[in-house]
Amino acid sequence: MKKIRVALIGSPNVGKSTIYNALTNNHEHTGNWAGKTVENVSSECVFEGVNYTIFDLPGTYSLISKSKEEMVATDFIFKGNFDVAVVVCDATSLEKGINLVVQVQEMSKKVVVALNLWDEALKKGINIDVKLLEKNLGCPVVVTSARKKEGLEELLKAIEEVKENDYIDINYGILNKEIEKVEEEIKNYDGNKRWVALRILEGNKHYLDLFRKRKILDIGLKTKEAKEALENVDIPLEIVINMHKMAKLKLKNVVSYKNKDYDLKTRKIDKILTSKIWGIPIMLGMLLILFYITIVGANYPSDLLFKFFASLEPGLTKILDFILVPPFLREMLVNGVYKTLYWVVSVMMPPMMIFFPLFTFLEDLGVLPRIAFNMDKAFSKCNACGKQALTMCMGIGCNAVGVTGARIIDSKYERYIAIITNAFMPCNGKFPTLIAIITMFFVGLNKTMGSFICALILTGFILLGILFTFLVSFILAKTVFRGEATSFTLELPPYRKPNIFQVIVSSVKNRAIFVLQRAIKVAIFAGALIWVVANVKVGGVTIMNYLIKFFNPVGVMLGVDGVVILSLILGFPANEIVIPALLMSYLKTSSLVDMQNMVELKNILVLNGWTVKFALSFLALMMFHYPCSTTMLTIKKETGSNFYTFLAFIIPLVVGIILAIGINIIL
Amino acid sequence: MMETLDKIDLNKEVIIVKVKGLEEIKRRFLDLGFIPGEKVECVLLSPFKSPHAYKINNTVIAIRNKDARNIEVKYEKD
Repeated sequence: MKKIRVALIGSPNVGKSTIYNALTNNHEHTGNWAGKTVENVSSECVFEGVNYTIFDLPGTYSLISKSKEEMVATDFIFKGNFDVAVVVCDATSLEKGINLVVQVQEMSKKVVVALNLWDEALKKGINIDVKLLEKNLGCPVVVTSARKKEGLEELLKAIEEVKENDYIDINYGILNKEIEKVEEEIKNYDGNKRWVALRILEGNKHYLDLFRKRKILDIGLKTKEAKEALENVDIPLEIVINMHKMAKLKLKNVVSYKNKDYDLKTRKIDKILTSKIWGIPIMLGMLLILFYITIVGANYPSDLLFKFFASLEPGLTKILDFILVPPFLREMLVNGVYKTLYWVVSVMMPPMMIFFPLFTFLEDLGVLPRIAFNMDKAFSKCNACGKQALTMCMGIGCNAVGVTGARIIDSKYERYIAIITNAFMPCNGKFPTLIAIITMFFVGLNKTMGSFICALILTGFILLGILFTFLVSFILAKTVFRGEATSFTLELPPYRKPNIFQVIVSSVKNRAIFVLQRAIKVAIFAGALIWVVANVKVGGVTIMNYLIKFFNPVGVMLGVDGVVILSLILGFPANEIVIPALLMSYLKTSSLVDMQNMVELKNILVLNGWTVKFALSFLALMMFHYPCSTTMLTIKKETGSNFYTFLAFIIPLVVGIILAIGINIIL
Repeated sequence: MMETLDKIDLNKEVIIVKVKGLEEIKRRFLDLGFIPGEKVECVLLSPFKSPHAYKINNTVIAIRNKDARNIEVKYEKD
């Protein structure tokens, strides 16, 4: 079968990933904001007897940039291990994409342009003369509407049929003569001499290293001469300006607007969402509704799942007995592993299945960048990035998702700040526990307006979390990440109507299932461990009792007891396990205990010495301790640093301990 | 008269004259199309004054005022 390797290139937010997904039947999530794709991914598809391998390169505005993420794409094209380069442009703002087309044409000989979001351009009355554009560029141009799966077959055909061209020849004005000098010096190199010469001239360190590795660098007299001749010229700027001139020529008479005010609707909505008076309240209102729907909507399905899984327990026991599993192992599997597993799944799954699709809906709509826009000032005061507001919201869904979400932040140090402070946002796993304890000890059971007062106190705790996020971000920026120049550029894309099916499929698959899978992995291990701790006896006493005694002095110092400390440690795999582990210890049972009945639960806690002050200390510790193991693994993966992972572990823990001790001293 | 981007009036088109600043920030501006000779318009102010959002090449991009200070512009009629 004929094989073609295709490199997919495009600026952020032009629907490049949507094209990739549509071609390869993938469901990677693609948000309506810049920079979702960070790693190189590839996948295959077959069409009319041709096998296409498609490489989805990270979104990049330019191929001559110096930021690390963007050079990933440039390196890939330079190495040239592909046959055809497809440049995806946004048909609604072709002026933005055309620079990239010219840059790609300067580096590869087989180029196809995909004019995506064609449907949107039509709707906005933007007219593009595709024939003329093809003539100007000298390469095929295909119009596509990837979200509707239109134009994709034509795109594949164009990729198959495209003919080889020469590298585009850009007139670099005053640089021309010196470029030739450098080219002469590297005349033995049989690749793209002109492009290499340009990079040598501008002295791009990354490429100089790369050329050295490939043994095509030969800086001799002529290069030195050329550089001296251009001493007073801003070479990178000259390159950009001349390239841009060329790009503009290619677009001459190509684009026309039927209606100059095509973006009026987006501008109008923007005026409201970012208004001085309404901007912030609307934003908070939206988040409140999001959380409210999640909390209320998750209760019933959680209950149902719980009952369903519990009803399978006797059957499972019978099956294990039938296949002659020894009773000891059977107990461990059913009461340890299985029980912990379904506990975590029942508590975690429903809120995630509600929260993430709703959040993804807002994301695809284009609301999130506006939130970052509104909030950036507050974050910039702490040397952090406005986009951190978004990773914080994601963190309320799940800290692991919040940490991964920090990829949208351009500056490395601002990204690390967002990652390290993410655990200050209480995740879905902590909410049920916080709500239960607040209701029992601060609101009172069966009071009218009870759930409203509870929601208020809960909001207070979230505000406390936000306060600490700012405080710790500020301190981090002044200490660990000191002296980094940060800049903030954020595209505010037009609002787009989300594709509901796509929203549900991608958010469930990429976020909910992703988190659940990791949680299940740790829960299996934790379940076995909890069972061993609660059941294995040494000298007639369970290991759990030894541990509780051991941790008791620490617990008392923090205003709680050894059981709470042990439960928080056992809850490392998932915060949902804390309350069941707590009850298991107090009731001296050998497996996790359900907390269906709040009155009973409160009695148990009070009998074991819980007072209002005790409960407050517990809330502080529950709210602020290390992130769960899933999140820790994610932080390690995202930062690649043991030190930053350690900071993410220790900082919230220290804050929790200080708060608990403070409560103990003051009250 | 020379102005910097952060100070321009809302909804008035200006022309970019010069892009200054640290290498990395300057590069990012050029990548985004803030190139001398291009037209740009301030279309949105955030509730706390910074950042502002600018329309360039039919794309709206938000930039903090302290960064926008690096871009020198002039009004079209000058």
